[in-house]
Amino acid sequence: MNIQLILFIVLAAVAAVTSVMMVTRKNAVISAVFLVLNFFSLAGLYLLLNAQFIAVVQVIVYAGAIMVLFLFVLMLLNTETEHKLFIDKKGIKFFAVLVSVFVFIELAYLIFRGSPSRTLTPNEIASVNSGTIQSIGQQLYTNYIIPFEVAGFLLLATTIGAMVLAKKKFE
Amino acid sequence: MSSVPMEYYLILSAFMFCVGVAGVLIRRNAIIVFMCIELMLNSANLTLVTFSSYLGNSIGQIFVFFVMTVAAAEAAAGLAIIIAIFRNKKTVNIDEINIFKW
Repeated sequence: MNIQLILFIVLAAVAAVTSVMMVTRKNAVISAVFLVLNFFSLAGLYLLLNAQFIAVVQVIVYAGAIMVLFLFVLMLLNTETEHKLFIDKKGIKFFAVLVSVFVFIELAYLIFRGSPSRTLTPNEIASVNSGTIQSIGQQLYTNYIIPFEVAGFLLLATTIGAMVLAKKKFE
Repeated sequence: MSSVPMEYYLILSAFMFCVGVAGVLIRRNAIIVFMCIELMLNSANLTLVTFSSYLGNSIGQIFVFFVMTVAAAEAAAGLAIIIAIFRNKKTVNIDEINIFKW
């Protein structure tokens, strides 16, 4: 039992529990807070996987920007009727859980049975080097420059689109 | 990192994805459905980072970067659409937003 395995178990337990809590809580704001916790534990897992840059971006973009956006919208909209929205039809709930359990069993079978991952021998040094901001930035500005520019354009278009859509008078 | 088997990360990612699927099907609040979609995107990101780290190249992490960009754009546009719908119909219940239902 080494420190990495212990850290993984703690972070994975937090991620799993918070994701379930997020789906099952009736209050939308509490769901959002559990999702933020989930994002933080995922950032910890990324650090454990030597992906420093992605871990920091996860905290800044997801836990910071996107969740603040969600909380602002929750604040803007009326969430008084939240309790009535939680479904009380037993049939759909049963069906949904059945579908997700089935998908999970399929994925688990694929991961544990049909896995070429057993032959994968992790190289610690290559892994550490691949996660640094230097290597990612180098790739991003050379081989992936066109997708990078497209992503910037996408963000600009979405900014304008969101402003137009959320305007008071929609025409 | 190498002391944790790769399957553990993948199974955690699969579990989170399935919780997200169940959430999308169970919840009726459009904003929570959106949050469940973010959860599913994050579980896919975890898979990408796992493979990237165990293979020792950074391409998977670059893909995660683009997924995050698209997720941010999607959240902004989607929440604006939800606000516009709320202005018109005074509800975020996806059962009542059924104008396209056949």
